[in-house]
Amino acid sequence: MSAGASGRPTARGQHVHTVAVAGNPNCGKTTLFNALTGLRLKVGNYPGVTVEKREGRLKGHEHITLLDLPGTYSLSAQSPDEEVARGVLLGHFSGIAQPDAVLVVVDANNLERNLYLASQVIELDLPVVIACNMMDQVTEAGHRLDTGKLSSRLGVPVIPTVAHRGEGIEALRAAIISACEPSSGRPAARAWRLPEAIEREVRSIAEVIEAEGYAKGAAAEGASILLLNEGQDSERNHFSPRIRDAITGSLSRLSDGDAIDPSLEITSARYAWLGDIVDACLERSRRQATTITDRLDRIVTHRVAGVAIFVGMMCVMFLGMFTLAEPFMGWIEKGVEAIQGLVESGLPAGALRSLLLDGAIAGVGNVIVFFPQICILVLFIALLEDTGYMARAAFLMDRLMSRVGLHGRSFIPLLSSHACAIPGIMATRTIENKRDRLVTILVAPLMSCSARLPVYIVLIAACLPASAWVKTVTIASMYTLGAVMALTMAVIFKKTILAGPTPAFIMELPPYRMPRPLPVLREVWDRSRLFLTRAGTVILAMTIVLWALMQFPHSSERKAYYERQRAALTETESPDLDEHLEKIRNAEDAEILHNSVAGRIGRFIEPALRPLGYDWKIGIGILSSIAAREVFVSTMGIVYSVGEADEASEPLREQMKQARWPDGSRVYTPLVAIGLMVFYVLACQCVSTLAVVRKETGTWRWPMFQFAYMTVLAYAGALVVYQVGTLIGFGA
Amino acid sequence: MNKREDLPFAQSPEHTRMPALTLDQLKIGESARVSIVGGTTDVRRRLMEMGIIPGTVIRVVRFAPLGDPMDVEVRGYHLSLRKQEAHEVALTRD
Repeated sequence: MSAGASGRPTARGQHVHTVAVAGNPNCGKTTLFNALTGLRLKVGNYPGVTVEKREGRLKGHEHITLLDLPGTYSLSAQSPDEEVARGVLLGHFSGIAQPDAVLVVVDANNLERNLYLASQVIELDLPVVIACNMMDQVTEAGHRLDTGKLSSRLGVPVIPTVAHRGEGIEALRAAIISACEPSSGRPAARAWRLPEAIEREVRSIAEVIEAEGYAKGAAAEGASILLLNEGQDSERNHFSPRIRDAITGSLSRLSDGDAIDPSLEITSARYAWLGDIVDACLERSRRQATTITDRLDRIVTHRVAGVAIFVGMMCVMFLGMFTLAEPFMGWIEKGVEAIQGLVESGLPAGALRSLLLDGAIAGVGNVIVFFPQICILVLFIALLEDTGYMARAAFLMDRLMSRVGLHGRSFIPLLSSHACAIPGIMATRTIENKRDRLVTILVAPLMSCSARLPVYIVLIAACLPASAWVKTVTIASMYTLGAVMALTMAVIFKKTILAGPTPAFIMELPPYRMPRPLPVLREVWDRSRLFLTRAGTVILAMTIVLWALMQFPHSSERKAYYERQRAALTETESPDLDEHLEKIRNAEDAEILHNSVAGRIGRFIEPALRPLGYDWKIGIGILSSIAAREVFVSTMGIVYSVGEADEASEPLREQMKQARWPDGSRVYTPLVAIGLMVFYVLACQCVSTLAVVRKETGTWRWPMFQFAYMTVLAYAGALVVYQVGTLIGFGA
Repeated sequence: MNKREDLPFAQSPEHTRMPALTLDQLKIGESARVSIVGGTTDVRRRLMEMGIIPGTVIRVVRFAPLGDPMDVEVRGYHLSLRKQEAHEVALTRD
C-alpha cells in the first residue's frame, strides 16, 4: 500500500512523486498551492465521495505532483473532508497512492491550533515539510517567531513564507524536493507522552492496525491515537471489524477502573506539548493592538449596522445578477438566434432541421444562457468566502436557520436560489454536515427563481385585473410562498428522512483579508466549466428527448395536406402571402404538437388535471416546461397557434383570454391562473437543476426524489387552491 | 486524571453540587478558565480539538444581533458557537 519516498516509476523510467498539501482552513493553503503549481490545475472528485480533489505539478519540477487536501482542523474524522484527508495520508483511497511527502501549511498567527493538525500529520511517519505562512502579519503585530527553533523542536523543516507576496516559495520548493528524495529522513518519534494506561491501549491497537496492514511502525501508532481519540463513532469508522473491536475493547477497559477519557487526555497532552513549544519559539509582543478585523467586526456584526450591511450585500448580489447578467444573456440569446437563423436558411425543412433547431441548438442554448448568471453568483459568493465575510453572514443568520434545523451557512445558498437555484446549490459546498447540505439542496429549488417570472407575467396579464398593484402583490405572494415552503420542507426533512443529531455550529471567524483575484477567478472558472460539461450534457440530452416527444410521430398524410395548402396559397400570389403562410405554419405546428407523444400524454392525463382546472393544452405546457420553466410560454405559443411567443406577446394573451371549455366557460379564470402559478412555485421544472443536484450529490437518487416530492407538492397545492377557491366561489 | 462527564454538574464526590459557571453565562468582555468540557461526543470532541480544554482561557467578544450564536476568543483566534454548545463548557474565574 505504501509507495515509499522513492516514488513510482513512470514509463520513461522517471520517478513521479506525490506531495499532499494539508492545513487548517483559512491558513493561506490555496494561495500557497497556487504559487507552487502555477495556474495549471486539475479539479475532480475523490473516488466515491463528493469531496473535491485538486492536483497540480510543482512549477519547474514536472515529476512532483501536489495534491491539495481539503482544509481540516484535525485528522480525527468528523466530516467527509477530514475522512478524505486522513484516508489519503494513510493510503486508503483506492486509486490514490499514498503520498511520498506531506506539506503542512500553518498559519503563524495561530500556531497552537495549526500545529495540532501538523503534529497529527507528523505522527503518520511520512516526510513532512511545514510552511509557516502569513509571517508578515506576525511581524506587523510585533511578535518574533524563531522558525529554526520550531523546526528543531518539531523535528521537521519549517520554512517561513508569505504566500500572497511569494516570499519563501523558493526555499519551500527546495524543501519539498529534498523531502521527496529517497534519502530524506522520517520525522523523529513522538515526543509527548500520555498516561501509561492510554499508552498501553495505543500500543495494543497499533498492533492490530499493523496486523491488518493499514499502517506500519510509527504510522500505526499515529493512526491508533487518532482512532482512540474518535472513540466509538462507528458511523465514520471505515476500518476492519478487528480494529473496531480493538478500539471498543480499549475504550471499555479505560472507562472501567479509573474512568479515563482518552479523547480528553490525548487532546490535552497534545496541546500541552504544543503550548510548551510555542512558548519557547514565539516572543509575543507587549502591544495589545486591536486588529483591523476586530474593528471591522464591531460594525459588521453590530445589531443594527451589521444587519443593514448584510441586507445591503444581498441586494448588491441580486442587483448584480439581474443587471450585469442581463446584457450577456441578451448577447447569448442573439447568438443562438443567429445560429438558428443560419440553420433555418441553410437546411431544407424537415426532421433534421427541426432536430437541430428545436432540439440540439435550443438545448445548448438552454445551457449556455445560464452561464452569465452562474458566473456572477459564483464570483460573488467566492469573494464573500475569500474575504472572510461569509463566516459573518452565517454568524448573523444562524439564529433563523437553526429554527428550521439548519446551519447559518445554509442561508446564502438558499437566498441565491431566488435568482437561480444552480449556483445556490453549488454554494452548498461550504456546508460541512452531509445531512444539512442535502436538506439545503433539496429545498433550494422551492425558492422562486427568475425563470418562473415569465410564467407569472403571462398568466397575470391574461387572467387577472390589469393593475400594477395586483401584479406586485401576486408576484410577492408567490415568492413568499416559495420561501415558506422551502423552510417548512426543511423542517420536515430534518425531522423525518434526514433526521440525525443536530450538528455543531462551532465555526472559526477567520481574520478579514483582501480577496485574491487569481484564486477567486480560478474558482469561478472551475465551477462554471464543470457546470457546462457535466450538467450541460444531461440538459442537452433531455432537451432533445423532450423535443422528440413533442414532434413525433409525424403523419405524412397531414404533411402532404399542409404542403398542398401552401402550394395553393403561393399560386394565388396574394399580397399577404407571408402572413398567410405563417398562419398555415402555426396551424401545422399546433397539429404536430397535438398528435405528438407529449400531446397524447397531455390529453391522457387531462382527467387528472381537471380537478386543478386545467385542460390538455395546459397539460402539454406543464410537461414541456419540465425542461425549463420559461418553455411553458413558448409552448403555449405553439399550442394556440400564435407562433413565436414570449411573455409580452399580445396574440398569446388574446388567445388565452378567448380559450373555452366545450361547455363555453373560460379556461383561464383568475382562479386557474393563481392555481397554475402555485403549481409553478412548487414544481421542479428544471432539468438543469436536476443535473446539478446529480453532480453535487453523486447519485440519481436525490434528484429523482426531489422531482417526485416537488411534483406531489405542486399537484397538492394547485388542487387545494382550485378546489377551495371554487368552493368559496372565487374568480369563476 | 480527568473524568468523562456529559454535564457540568459532576456526578462524582469530588465536586459539590454547585451550579457551575458555563460559557453561555459570561458577559461580553469577561474571561474565565475552562474546568470541564461536557456535551455530546461530536460537539465535545470538536470543541476540544479546536483548543477548548481544561485550563484554557476563553474571553467572550460578542453575541450575534439575534442573541445567538456567540463569538469567543480562544488561543488567539475567534470561534463562534451556539449558546447551547457553550452551555457545555464549565468555567472557573481566576
